[in-house]
Amino acid sequence: MVTSELVRILALSVAVLASSAQAEGGFGFGRAPTAEEIAGWNIDIDRDGRKLPPGHGSVVQGRVLFEAQCASCHGLRGEGGIGDRLAGGQGSLATHNPVKTVGSFWPYAPTLFDYIHRAMPMNAPQSLTPDEVYAVVGYVLNLNGLVPDDAVMDAETLRAVRMPNRDGFVPDPRPDIR
Amino acid sequence: MSDDAAPEAVRRTPRSRRQILAAGSALVGGGLAEVIALPARAETTGGIENTPPHVPRWMKEPGADVGSQLYGQPSEFEKDVIRNVPKNGKQYTSSASRTPLQELDGIITPNGLFYERHHGGIPAIDPAQHRLMIHGLVERPLLLTMDELRRFPTESHIYFLECSGNPGFETVKQGKTASDLVGLASCCEWTGVRLKTILEEVGLKPEAKWVVAEGADAAALTRSVPLEKCLDDALLVFSQNGERLRPQQGYPVRLLLPGFEGNMSVKWLRRLNVVAEPAYSREETAKYTDSMPDGTARQFTFTMEAKSIITRPSGTQRIAAGFNEITGLAWSGRGRINGVEVSVDGGTTWQPAVLQQPVLSRAFTRFRYPWAWDGRPTVILSRATDETGYVQPSFADLTAIRGMKSFYHNNAIVPWRIAADGEVSNGYV
Ligand code: HEC
Repeated sequence: MVTSELVRILALSVAVLASSAQAEGGFGFGRAPTAEEIAGWNIDIDRDGRKLPPGHGSVVQGRVLFEAQCASCHGLRGEGGIGDRLAGGQGSLATHNPVKTVGSFWPYAPTLFDYIHRAMPMNAPQSLTPDEVYAVVGYVLNLNGLVPDDAVMDAETLRAVRMPNRDGFVPDPRPDIR
Repeated sequence: MSDDAAPEAVRRTPRSRRQILAAGSALVGGGLAEVIALPARAETTGGIENTPPHVPRWMKEPGADVGSQLYGQPSEFEKDVIRNVPKNGKQYTSSASRTPLQELDGIITPNGLFYERHHGGIPAIDPAQHRLMIHGLVERPLLLTMDELRRFPTESHIYFLECSGNPGFETVKQGKTASDLVGLASCCEWTGVRLKTILEEVGLKPEAKWVVAEGADAAALTRSVPLEKCLDDALLVFSQNGERLRPQQGYPVRLLLPGFEGNMSVKWLRRLNVVAEPAYSREETAKYTDSMPDGTARQFTFTMEAKSIITRPSGTQRIAAGFNEITGLAWSGRGRINGVEVSVDGGTTWQPAVLQQPVLSRAFTRFRYPWAWDGRPTVILSRATDETGYVQPSFADLTAIRGMKSFYHNNAIVPWRIAADGEVSNGYV
């Protein structure tokens, strides 16, 4: 067979294949994940906390957990060490020495659940139960004076925490240098 | 703390080859004439028994067997061309290492020297057990194995990738080499599947506006990507420079968002959640937002603006009077580089550099400028302009607007100071 003809037929059959794949709604590779598979991986928590899981934990419990599993890197009262400083700095953002912490900088409290659950403690991420995450989230908020000593955190109470720097973010105006 | 600031990026490699040569030659002969004669005897530091008229040792016996290295390594004499890791880090789980830009030629970064920025270390992922899940506001949620992902139509493109903290604002005086200053940038040929293809496969619901990408690392790093980018040039990449991704670059699959800050090109990608609103994850609120003097912070600052750096001559190298080729790299997250200008008089006058082809959109572009150094102290600089007409700013112009605390997106012109003895150093100092 002449090569150019072969190429033409090949091209044609590829086009046919591609268009039939489109017609049937896709290539058809892979499979649908089960609801259970999605649930196991679907861990991102929106800023309004609509996706926060059931469970609860107190500031008191959180303190015990923090001292055992977080303080070695973040300091006993979240003053920082190997890991970031977690408390203080409120009112410093517009000064020459802004101190950015959960309390002074983070805009949304549910994000704290999201991050600690997925990434902390750094040496054993995703090891805390939802109850434990609520507890330690409560303690970090308490260190920042954002919830009282006797607070119990759950989806509802965490959603209700208004972070001081909630409105501190602005959209990207670049290019801004002319 | 552990953020991209990488407090003091301290140079690990010894002084450049050129310097060592200069030192050696000074020992042998001494005097300016010897230094100037250098290039001709460039590779002779080891002695003279293998130089003319002698027959080199490596011609008098067979070399190593074919296949003695089943995966080839650089020459043993290049062992100092390595990643630049900050010294005295508090920890190295969430840290960064830099590409030794000043040691490299062309526009492609070798895979082993690609910069690193990980937030939870480098996972060792078995590709047979890796899954990519696409769910959320889609008609048909999808779970893919790596073999299945690779069956979709593929594409290859050359793109740079750059960390947005490259360098921070407050650390510009600390960097000694080009790598210390802007080594959190690299450029590869990437191969993968268009994200658009996969999103068409799963079918988007009308409310879909963002895609939350999540890594399968210990940080489960999460970034939200606007849907327009996902339907444009975003890639699901499984190869770099012809071979499968290195673990440091996201093996077995990563997101690649050309021109956007590196953090968003989520490595070890395991999940894409199609949503109506961004996740507002920690990495797009507490980090990767740019603090302004008034206390606000800019958010979703995705684009890497045009930048350039002279890589030779650059900090800690040493030049001789006479001809010196000035060369470096330029790139822009907004598209192609239109031109690079070089100044050899501290920014008083600027001349166009020659751009080496290919000049590709959102890729490194190599530039060159022939220069005869008269031996007088000076400062050399480069300034890139991209296809949108955007001109790389000076550090003074940048900080006049943004202050010193915004940390991310410093794309200022980098000055190199050249002393009377030819020693090149950080011109910010
Ligand atoms: C082994 C050290 C280590 C331990 C233990 C640890 N952390 Fe961390 N943590 C870090 C490091 C390092 C970072 C910064 C990570 C990065 O930026 O990639 C961090 C970041 C954080 C942040 C984000 C701070 C910010 O402003 O962005 C929070 C919140 C946090 N950790 C909470 C916790 C909690 C709660 C625990 C205990 C359950 C914990 N950490 C245990 C090292 C640790």
